[in-house]
Amino acid sequence: MMKRWRFVKRLAPLMAMMVLVLAACGRSDLSTLNPQGPVAEEQFGLMKLAIGIMLIVIVAVFAISLFVIIRFRRRPGDKTIPKQVEGNHKLEIIWTVIPIIMLIILGVPTVQSVFNLAKDYSKDPEAVQVIVTSHQYWWEFEYPAYGIKTAQELIIPKGKTISITAKSADVLHSFWIPSLAGKIDTNPGANVNKMYFSAPKEGVYLGKCAELCGPSHGLMDFKVKSVDESSFDRWVAALKEPVALPSDPAIAKAFESKCLSCHAVGDLGGPAYPNLTGIGSRETVGGILVNTDDPQYSNEGSVYDNLHRWIKNPDEVKPGNQMGKIEDLTEQEIEGIAKYLSELKLNYEQ
Amino acid sequence: MDWLTTVDHKKIGILYMIAGGFFFLVGGLEAILIRVQLWKPLNNFVSADTYNELLTMHGTTMIFLAAMPLLFALMNAVIPLQIGARDVAFPFVNSLGFWTFLFGGILLNVSWFTGGAPDAGWTSYAPLAGTTYNGDHGVDYYVLGLQIAGIGTLIGGINFLVTIINMRAPGMTFMRMPMFTWAAFITSALILFAFPALAVGLAALMFDRLFDANFFDPSGGGNAVLWEHIFWIFGHPEVYILILPAFGVISEVISTFSRKRLFGYSSMVFATILIGFLGFMVWAHHMFTVGLGPVANALFSIATMLIAVPTGIKIFNWLFTMWGGSIKFTTANLFAVGFIPTFVMGGVTGVMLAAAPADFQYHDSYFVVAHFHYVIVGGLVLGIFSGLHYWWPKMFGRMLNETLGKLTFWTFFIGFHLTFFIQHFLGLLGMPRRIWTYLDGLGFNEMNMISTVGAFLMGFGTIFFLLNVVITAFKPQNAPADPWEDGRTLEWTIPSPPPEYNFAQTPLVRGYDAYWKEKTDGHKGMTPAEPIGPIHMPSPSILPFFMGFGLFIAGLGFMYAKDWGNLFGSFKSGYALGIVGLLILFGCMFLRSVIDDHGFHIEEEEILRDMGGKA
Ligand code: HEM
Ligand SMILES: [Cu+2]
Repeated sequence: MMKRWRFVKRLAPLMAMMVLVLAACGRSDLSTLNPQGPVAEEQFGLMKLAIGIMLIVIVAVFAISLFVIIRFRRRPGDKTIPKQVEGNHKLEIIWTVIPIIMLIILGVPTVQSVFNLAKDYSKDPEAVQVIVTSHQYWWEFEYPAYGIKTAQELIIPKGKTISITAKSADVLHSFWIPSLAGKIDTNPGANVNKMYFSAPKEGVYLGKCAELCGPSHGLMDFKVKSVDESSFDRWVAALKEPVALPSDPAIAKAFESKCLSCHAVGDLGGPAYPNLTGIGSRETVGGILVNTDDPQYSNEGSVYDNLHRWIKNPDEVKPGNQMGKIEDLTEQEIEGIAKYLSELKLNYEQ
Repeated sequence: MDWLTTVDHKKIGILYMIAGGFFFLVGGLEAILIRVQLWKPLNNFVSADTYNELLTMHGTTMIFLAAMPLLFALMNAVIPLQIGARDVAFPFVNSLGFWTFLFGGILLNVSWFTGGAPDAGWTSYAPLAGTTYNGDHGVDYYVLGLQIAGIGTLIGGINFLVTIINMRAPGMTFMRMPMFTWAAFITSALILFAFPALAVGLAALMFDRLFDANFFDPSGGGNAVLWEHIFWIFGHPEVYILILPAFGVISEVISTFSRKRLFGYSSMVFATILIGFLGFMVWAHHMFTVGLGPVANALFSIATMLIAVPTGIKIFNWLFTMWGGSIKFTTANLFAVGFIPTFVMGGVTGVMLAAAPADFQYHDSYFVVAHFHYVIVGGLVLGIFSGLHYWWPKMFGRMLNETLGKLTFWTFFIGFHLTFFIQHFLGLLGMPRRIWTYLDGLGFNEMNMISTVGAFLMGFGTIFFLLNVVITAFKPQNAPADPWEDGRTLEWTIPSPPPEYNFAQTPLVRGYDAYWKEKTDGHKGMTPAEPIGPIHMPSPSILPFFMGFGLFIAGLGFMYAKDWGNLFGSFKSGYALGIVGLLILFGCMFLRSVIDDHGFHIEEEEILRDMGGKA
């Protein structure tokens, strides 16, 4: 028994430390414990309240358990028969009433928050309206007020309320930006969902799909990028600019016939699949190949390398995705297209 | 052969245990493979497709083919003994329940060998589970395998209801019933109401898949959210179906090894009923993010939180059963005592999840994975281990080795907390669940590695248990009737293992904890309620085996009807096979109806001989 005591004694401070350390850390662009906007903060507040109440319960139960286990062990050879207690009404009432009080303390702010977070900003002219459509395995963001559509990267003006209308083009997915707001499912058909959030600080926040949607579900990431208002306006304007085809006519031809049948750049091409306008200035390719000139992990590389890798074999990056391998693209064409796309930038941040 | 035809509840209990144990190993192996894939970022140990199959089969197998049958094993082995009955109410149906479960489970697992297991998660949400996005036969196996296995569970549950209502020994009023029997009773009632919902859902999904109906496919006018409602109207009570019997086990074990009667018995009964009832009222807490609106979310939040109250009553009653007792730490009791704080941790995270706005963050993250494993592994599996160690001598007449048992407990227990405690934090830091791999540099690496190490420890724990079982099987069958010496309920009044007819004479129950009462009154055994006489027993039958087999064949046939060629003219050979399967089923039912079988009698001399030899 002593062993168990020591075990617990040693473990308790460790756990306490871990809780503290974890609460303080976790990537600020990803962790729910490190909220970066009012919605996530409200949710974090509720989480803290619940954790607090629940810690009290746990400590009480652990304390009684330990006491009982140690105090009432049977000594070897002990043949005495303990008193057969039937119960104790007072005690039983106490442990019925105390939990009820605790639940009221938790329940009231819960209900308040449920209604608070269900506010509908979809008619609010002050809010930025975004229609989020999920696809296997990418995200489409449409801004109806500006007549633009983009993919994988949701650009928002900082501080403004973003009003999300979420739906799915195929199976169920769920739209989740842990450090800014909880998730909302995207349903196919008529069950369209609404939510809102805002990001007071500039920065890039990681978003995830949270509903099993097929083999590449775990790779269905996106980014939310909060920028100042004038940058946002420049971004909107830049996205509507026409875009020139690759200067090399052979590459242009390949790009037009093999890519623009599905994708769009500027005013060219089709809208069925992710819009590629400005892809050179995005944080990632495909949501998960991180663009950086100083790659450390196998999912990182320069914009060009990532684009090349993706176009060469999308299935190797995201198994089961709808783009699939584009047959009969020559290595030269892949390189040309990757180079062209990597230079397709929108210079809106100043 | 004896085992294929038996209708004896004790043998069926053992069959359930072997089959459930086997599927537990299969599901455990799948879990280990999942954890190996996740031990480091961007791992490629299994492919994304295989991962989703492993994930789906792990969840489905553990819930339907491991946990439920192991509980049914304990219920079959113990309930009739605890209420002083000679068998369950419908022995034939009991055997049928086992065989349909087994054939359903086998059908589900055949999918591994025919080109792809189901991969839409154990919840099989539409439209991912529909033919548009799941064109191969994986989900067909899920639909038909679970449907067939579900029949077994449903008739098993009905059987226990009738048994407990009708076959209690004289004097055993409802308020004198042991807690495990009570738990089994409420569980069976939940099965009666929940499983038909599953059956309806699966039937609708089957129509969608096999006959191009459109219940759940939005592109054809169906509704995907409908499936979620149907699934969880079944699925949430299912969680309580699993945990209530474990509560029952814990009540028995704790009280026996504390040498004390259960504290607050009547409030325990009341809490059990209340949990069962509330279990049906809260299904939508799995759907806070679906978009049901604030009113529904608020109501289901509060209703869910309420379950904490009766659960709390149970926890404190257990603690106060031990309080002032004389606690002996056998392996069975270690599992029971370990259960209490562990389950409390699962319970409190449940209350956290019930707060809908916070659940917008937790939902479908690793926090949820941690939560439900605390409940189903930390609650249910610890409960099952406790029950197995406790009743093993009664079932087999042999005592399990205590040293190995303790080794099992400590490795499993430590491994469990190592695996799942850390997952709470993974979820809070932003890791979604059901992901095949995660990117490097997100801060998930170390914790996932620790979790994988823990999973291996749990695996070792399970191996120690198996070792124990094997070693014990070679020992002589010499366990006494009351091996723990502090037995309180009726099952400890008869020899271990019990004779085929359980009780030579039906006992007369004179109070709660019947056997304990006789002991404290200075009696050696129960007072009989009838004279010794010939005992009427049901005949064994092979029909249930073939009925299960017929369903299995029918399932396979209909599933492949679209692919297989024609037999004569345009008649599909798959349909032909399906019809053959159904004919086997109905043929057996016909035989069962027309054959006039009166069973047989065990004669007085034989019973007296048994009593002389054993008692
Ligand atoms: C060796 C012990 C176990 C380990 C290491 C383990 C591990 C896991 C892991 C890693 C997942 C996948 C989480 C994800 O990717 O989202 C999972 C899912 C699951 N596990 Fe376990 N598990 C174990 C035992 C059990 C038991 C005993 C049960 C039930 C009786 C169970 C029920 C489930 C269920 C229902 C799921 C969800 C499947 C789904 O989302 O479709 N597990 N488990
Ligand atoms: Cu998804």
